Amino acid sequence: MIGSPDVVAFAKEDEYGQTSPDPWPLPEEFSVPLYPLADSNPWAKTSYAKFTKDFILISEFSEQVGPQPLLTIPDDPKVCGTFDLNYFSLRIMSVDYQASFVGHPPGTGYPRLSFVEDSRVVLGDSKEGAFAYVHHLTLYDLEARGFVRPFCMAYVAADEKKIMLQFQELSLRFSQASECLKAGNRRAFAKELQRKLRDLEYTHSVLQREEGLQREAGPQSMYSAHAVEKANELANVEKSIFEHRDLLKQISSYHHRPRRDPHAATCQKCVDECLSECEELLNKYAKIAYPCGYSEKSGKGEDRQGHPRGQGEDDDEEEEGVKRKLSYTPQLIKAKSAKCFDKRLKTLQELCDKTFYEATVELLKETERSFRGDLCYLYTRRLDKALQRKQRVTAFLFEEDLSDDDEDELGTLRPFCAVNHAVDNYVLLNPPPIVLTPEPHELDALERPEHLDPASETSVTQESELGLGESHLESSPSDQTLETQESSEETKGSFSSDKSGVGLAEMQQSLVSMKSEAPDPDSDLTPDPNHNLERESSSEEMETTAGEDEGENGGHQTPVSLLEVVSELEANREEECEGVSASELLVPIDTACCMAQEGFLYEASAPEAVPRLCQNSHLQPSQTLVVNQEPQALLPLQDDYTVGSPCSESPVTGLELPSGLLGDAVSRTSAEDGSDCTMSASTGSDQTASPLGYGAVVTLRQRKKAGQGALRFVRQYPFAIQALWCLLSGRTLVVLGADEGRVRRLVAALALFVPAPGKCGERVQAWLSCPFTLTDLQRWKLIGLQRVASPLGSSMLYSLSRYSRYISILDADQKTLRCPPYRGQLLANIADHRTYIRRGSTYFLHLQSTLCHLAAKTFLFTFTHHLHLPVSATEGPEVVESRRRCFLQEQLGLGEEDSQILLYLSQLITQQYLQPNGSSAAAPSFSFNYTTSILYKI
Amino acid sequence: MLRWILGGREAQSSAEEMIPCMNRLYLQLTSRPAKAESCQSYNSQLREITLTFLLMLPRCASAGDDGLVLVWNVETGERLQELRGHSQQITAITTITCKNEVTVNTSLITASSDRSLSLWDPDTGNRVQTISDLHSSVKCLLVLERLCVWLSGGEELCVWNRDFQLQCQRPNHSDTGITALIELPKNYIAAAMDKKIMIYSLTVSADSSVSAAEIRCLSDHQDQIRALINVNDGLFASGSHMGELILWNATDWNLLAYEHILWEESQAYNQTEIRMGAPKPSEMSIQHLTTNGNLILAAVGSGLYVYSVQTRSVVAYRKVAHDSNVLHTMLLSDSELMSCSEDGSVRMWEIQDLPLPAEPASSGFFGMWSFGRSNKQSGPPSKKVIDIPNIRMLELTGDLIGHSGAVQMFVSFKENGLVTCSADHLLILWKNGERQSRLRSLALFQKLEERGGL
Repeated sequence: MIGSPDVVAFAKEDEYGQTSPDPWPLPEEFSVPLYPLADSNPWAKTSYAKFTKDFILISEFSEQVGPQPLLTIPDDPKVCGTFDLNYFSLRIMSVDYQASFVGHPPGTGYPRLSFVEDSRVVLGDSKEGAFAYVHHLTLYDLEARGFVRPFCMAYVAADEKKIMLQFQELSLRFSQASECLKAGNRRAFAKELQRKLRDLEYTHSVLQREEGLQREAGPQSMYSAHAVEKANELANVEKSIFEHRDLLKQISSYHHRPRRDPHAATCQKCVDECLSECEELLNKYAKIAYPCGYSEKSGKGEDRQGHPRGQGEDDDEEEEGVKRKLSYTPQLIKAKSAKCFDKRLKTLQELCDKTFYEATVELLKETERSFRGDLCYLYTRRLDKALQRKQRVTAFLFEEDLSDDDEDELGTLRPFCAVNHAVDNYVLLNPPPIVLTPEPHELDALERPEHLDPASETSVTQESELGLGESHLESSPSDQTLETQESSEETKGSFSSDKSGVGLAEMQQSLVSMKSEAPDPDSDLTPDPNHNLERESSSEEMETTAGEDEGENGGHQTPVSLLEVVSELEANREEECEGVSASELLVPIDTACCMAQEGFLYEASAPEAVPRLCQNSHLQPSQTLVVNQEPQALLPLQDDYTVGSPCSESPVTGLELPSGLLGDAVSRTSAEDGSDCTMSASTGSDQTASPLGYGAVVTLRQRKKAGQGALRFVRQYPFAIQALWCLLSGRTLVVLGADEGRVRRLVAALALFVPAPGKCGERVQAWLSCPFTLTDLQRWKLIGLQRVASPLGSSMLYSLSRYSRYISILDADQKTLRCPPYRGQLLANIADHRTYIRRGSTYFLHLQSTLCHLAAKTFLFTFTHHLHLPVSATEGPEVVESRRRCFLQEQLGLGEEDSQILLYLSQLITQQYLQPNGSSAAAPSFSFNYTTSILYKI
Repeated sequence: MLRWILGGREAQSSAEEMIPCMNRLYLQLTSRPAKAESCQSYNSQLREITLTFLLMLPRCASAGDDGLVLVWNVETGERLQELRGHSQQITAITTITCKNEVTVNTSLITASSDRSLSLWDPDTGNRVQTISDLHSSVKCLLVLERLCVWLSGGEELCVWNRDFQLQCQRPNHSDTGITALIELPKNYIAAAMDKKIMIYSLTVSADSSVSAAEIRCLSDHQDQIRALINVNDGLFASGSHMGELILWNATDWNLLAYEHILWEESQAYNQTEIRMGAPKPSEMSIQHLTTNGNLILAAVGSGLYVYSVQTRSVVAYRKVAHDSNVLHTMLLSDSELMSCSEDGSVRMWEIQDLPLPAEPASSGFFGMWSFGRSNKQSGPPSKKVIDIPNIRMLELTGDLIGHSGAVQMFVSFKENGLVTCSADHLLILWKNGERQSRLRSLALFQKLEERGGL
C-alpha cells in the first residue's frame, strides 16, 4: 500500500545533481531503488530459459542410477517446458558436497552415521538460462550405502539476480523444508532400525537355539564346519545387533548434536517427542545388551545409562525379547545382504514420515508461491510490508491484516513443524530460538564480559580464510564444539529473566558489550563471506572453539552466538581487505524501533534517538561489518553487501536504510560501487523474511478486484463521494437492492472504504435478507440488504426509516443515496467520477495511498496530547475543543465533514490502542448526530 | 451509544464518581449537532429496572418477564450478574440497604408472579433469602429504612423485617389489590388500591415488632388509581385512569387540589384531524407521575402535562408528545424533562417561554427519520392555548431512537449515561459522546504514559 506510486518518489536524486537539497527529504525507507543496471532495459527479456516460470526441483543422487529428478513444484509439466530436468539434476547433484567420513572411524568399532549439515549453493547454467539455488541434504536409509541418501532441493529461476538477492530467504525457507524432511526421516529411520533390530533379535534367538541344539548333540559336532559356520553367523548377527543399536543411539542423539547451521531450527516439541521415542526404543533394546542385568535391575534408566559398547552378552533370557513381538512377525535375516542393484531403493515418501513429507511439500509450494514474480515486485512488496509493520497503531484501519504474517515473521526463525506443534511452539520458542535473538546474548555477555578469546578468534579467521579460498568441506562432527542447541536452551532460560532487572551500570556495560551482539540480526542477513560462491556450506566459518568446559579463564570461549563470531570474523576480514568498500557501521537494534515511534510521537525525542544510535555505532568502528563477496564468474553483479546504518561515516549517497530505525535491515550496495545490485532478501531476526504474500495473497487479490468495483462505483455514481464519506466517517451504509449479485458486488467494492473492517471483514455484511435491527448497526458498518416486496419488506423499510439517523441508504435499484450532505474536499481525489484512472488495481493503489495518508493524519491527531486534553488545570473543555477545531481546520485544512472522518478514525485508533485485541468484547458503540439527510439522485 | 445527551460538564474529574449528584443532565442544543453513543445488551421483556449505587461502580439491575434479574455495569455496559431463581415474571424490584458499622450493604428484593419474594446479593449473585407460597403475588414493594422494615403490597399488605420475618399482615377487600405504596410522614403509609387510597399507620411496639392498622380511606378518585407519588414533605399526589390528578396533604390527608386533565383545549384544535372524536379514556389516563418538589410531570395518554405545585396550575403541556402512550417520565430540572413511550422513542423536552412569533416545533426536524409514517407526533398543539396565562411551551430538544419496542422505563445515571429498557429485549446505555471521547483520550494518554511510548 505504502509502496503505491502516489506515496513513493520514483527517483531519489535528479540527474542534474544535488544542487538544491530537499528541505524535507523523503525518509530513506520510502524511496524505491533505481533499477540496478541503469543501462539495461528492465523489461528486456534477459533469459533464454526454456521454462516459463520459476519452480522447485527435488532431485536425488541415486546410488543405482545416478542423479535423477524426483518431483517439481508446481507439479505441472508445463512449468518446465522443454527444460531438461535430467540434465539439470546431474548438474546440481554433481557437486561433491558430501565429503564427510562415513564408515568406521578409527576409534570405534561401529559404523557411524554422518551428521551432515545441509549445504547451500547457487548454480548457474547460462546455456540453459537456468540458475538455481541448490540445497543439498542427506537422509538416512538403512539400506543405502553409508546409510545416507543424498538429495537436493533446488529453486530454479531464469534470473540469477533474483536468486542471489533472495539467497537468505531462500536459504531460510529451504532450511525449514529440509529440517522438516530430516525430522521425518529420522523418525522413519528409527522405526526402520527398530524393525531391523527385531529381526536381528529373532534371528539371533533362532541361531542360538540351533547352536544350543548342536552343543547338546555332542562335542564332536562342535568343530564341524557347519557348527563353525553357525557360530560365525551368530557372531555376525550379534555384531549386527550392536551396530544397529549403536545406530539407534546415534540417531537418537541427533538432537544433542551441536548444530552449526543457524537456520536449522527445529521444533522443540518434535525433538522432545522424537527423543522420548528413541529413548524408549533404546531402553527396549538395551535389554539384549544386558540380558541378565535387565531382569535383575529392571531399572530402565540405569540400563540406558550404562549402555555398553561392544561387550559380549549372555545367551539366556533371549526368548523374552522375542516373545514381546506382538504385531510384527520378525523375519530371519540372511547373513548376506542382497546385491546392491537387486533391491529397490526407498522413495522419498518412504524415507520420510508421510505427514512430514506432505508438510514439506506444502512448505515448498508455499515457498514457490511466495517467490513468484520478479525481483522488483518482490522487493516492493517486501518494502511495503516492512513499512506497514511500522504502522502497527494505524494499520488495522485500512491495511490488510498483518498479524498472520507477523507470526510468520517470527516463524521464519521459528522452526517449522510438520505436525503442527505450532501453538506450543509459539510459546516455547518465542523469542526465536537458536542464536538469533540479540537479548540473550546480551545477557551472556553480561555474565562474561570478556567473551572472546583472541586465539580462537584468529584461528577462526584463518579457518574462514581457508574456507574462502577453497571450498571448505564438511568436517566431522567431532570437532565442532559450539553447541547451538544448548545455547538456545540457555538463552531461553535467561530470556525469561527479564533484562529490566539489569542495573544501570550493567546496562552501560551491556551497551559496550552489545556492540558485538548487536549485529546479530543483521549479520544473519548479510551473506557470509562464504555464502556467495557456488559452494556454500553454511557451517564452516562457524567453527569456533567454544569451550565445553565452562572455565572462568580467559582461554575459554563462551557459547556466544555464531553470528557474533561471524561478525567478528567479518570485522577482521574487513581490516584485511581494507578499502574494499565504504564501511558502514552497524547499529545496535535494541529498542531503536520503539524510539523511532516515540520520536514520531514526541517530536523532540526524535533527534535524540538518532544521535544515540550514532554514538553507539561510533564507539566501535572496528565493528564495521562489510561482507565482501568474491567476484564470481557466473555472477557479475557481485558487489559488496553492506548493512546500512544512518550514520555511516562515508557519505553514502545510495539507497541506504537505517537498519536500526527501520527495525529490519535491507542490505544494499553503496553508491560508490555503482549501485548495481540492490535489495537482497534482507531478513532479520524476527521481523523479517516475510514470506511474501503468505495468507494475504487471496485477500489482496480480492481487494484489488474490489478496486475495480470501487472504481466503477466512483465513475458511475455522482454521489459516490457522499457514500464514501459516510463509510469513512463511521456512518453505517446500507446497500439496498433486490438483486443479490449486484448488491454483493457493490458491498465488496465499498468494503474497501470501511475503516477497521476486521480481520475477516467482520464489520461488513454482504447480504442480509432479514429485517434490520439495531444490533446490526452495532455489528456492521456496511450492510447489503435485500429489498423484498412482501409485507416483510414494508417492515424492513420501516426499520430503515426508523434508524435513518444512524444509517445512509444506498438504493442500488433506484440509484439513490440518502445521507447527510457532504461538502468536503478530502475525498475528492478518490471519488472523482471523471478520474483518469482506468484500471482497478491502479485505483486500488491510489486509494490505498490516500487512505494511508488519512491514517497518518489521524495518527498525528490522535496522539497529540493537547488536542484532546487540557494542558493546564485552568483550561476547560471548551478551550481544548476550540484548539482541536483549530488544528483540524487550520493545520489540516479540514472542513466540518472532513473533520468527522478524522474524529471517527481517531476514535477507532483510540479504541484499538486501548483494547488491542478483542475490541468487540468491550461494548461496541456507535454514535449519531442530529443532521438531516438528503436524497441524492443520479 | 447515541451519545448525545448528557453533557458531562465537569470534565473528567476521575473515573469513579460514586454518587453523581453534581452534574445535571442537560440537553445539548440541537443547533450544534449532538452525539450520543449507545451500547446495548439483551434481556428478555423488561419490566422495570432499578439502580443501585454500591461499592464503586454504578450499577443497575433489570428485571424481566422471564423471571431473570440482570445486574449491569453502567460504565462499560457489561453484564455483571445474572440472578436466576424466579420462575415467572418479576413484578416488583427494589433495593434495601443494610448499614453495619463498617460496610454499607445493598441488596435487592424482588417479587414475582410465582408468589415468591427473594433477597439477593448483587455482588455475588446469590439468593440470600426466599419466601414462597405467598397468598398472592406481590405487586409493589416499599422499604422503610428508618424502621428497618419493608412492605409488600398485593392482595394484602404485609410488613416484613430485615430478616424476612413477617411482622404483620393486613388483608384488603378490593379485588385489584394494592398497586402502589408510598411512605408518608409520621409512620404512615399510603396504598393505592383501585379507586381508593388507604392510609395505614405503622406502630412499632416495644419488642420492635411492627403492626399496621388502617386509618383512613380516601376515595375521591372516580377511576382506578394509576400513579401515586410523594411530592414533598407535605404533599403527595395521585393520578387516575381517567386523568384526574389529585394533590393531597400528607399529614391530614385532605384533598388540596383536583385537576382533571381532559385535553379539552386541544381537542378543539384537533377537530380537524379525522380520527379525533371524543377522547378515549386511555388517552387521558395518567400512566406515570414524577416530581421534583416544584413541578409534577404527568404522563397523560400520549401527552405530557406539567403542573406546578405552588401555583396549583398547569405550567406547560403537550397533548401529543409521542405516538402512543407515554410510559415513563423524568424531570431533569425545572425546565427539562424526558419521556419514553410505547412507540419506542425517548424524547427530551424543554419548557420554554412561548416565543412571541410562535415558531412551530420543527416538524421537519424529526420528520426525516420517519418518512414511512405520518408526522402527527410532531404537530404541536401549543399555539391555541395562549389564552391561558403563564402557559409555556414544551419544546422537543432531542430524542433517542434505538428501541424497536415500547420503551418501558429509563434510569438516568447523570454523566454516566442513561439506561433505557424496552419490550424488544434490549437494554440500551446511552452516553454523551463528547464526554466519552474525552475519557477515551484520557485513557489513551494514560496508557501511553504507562508504556512509555507507543
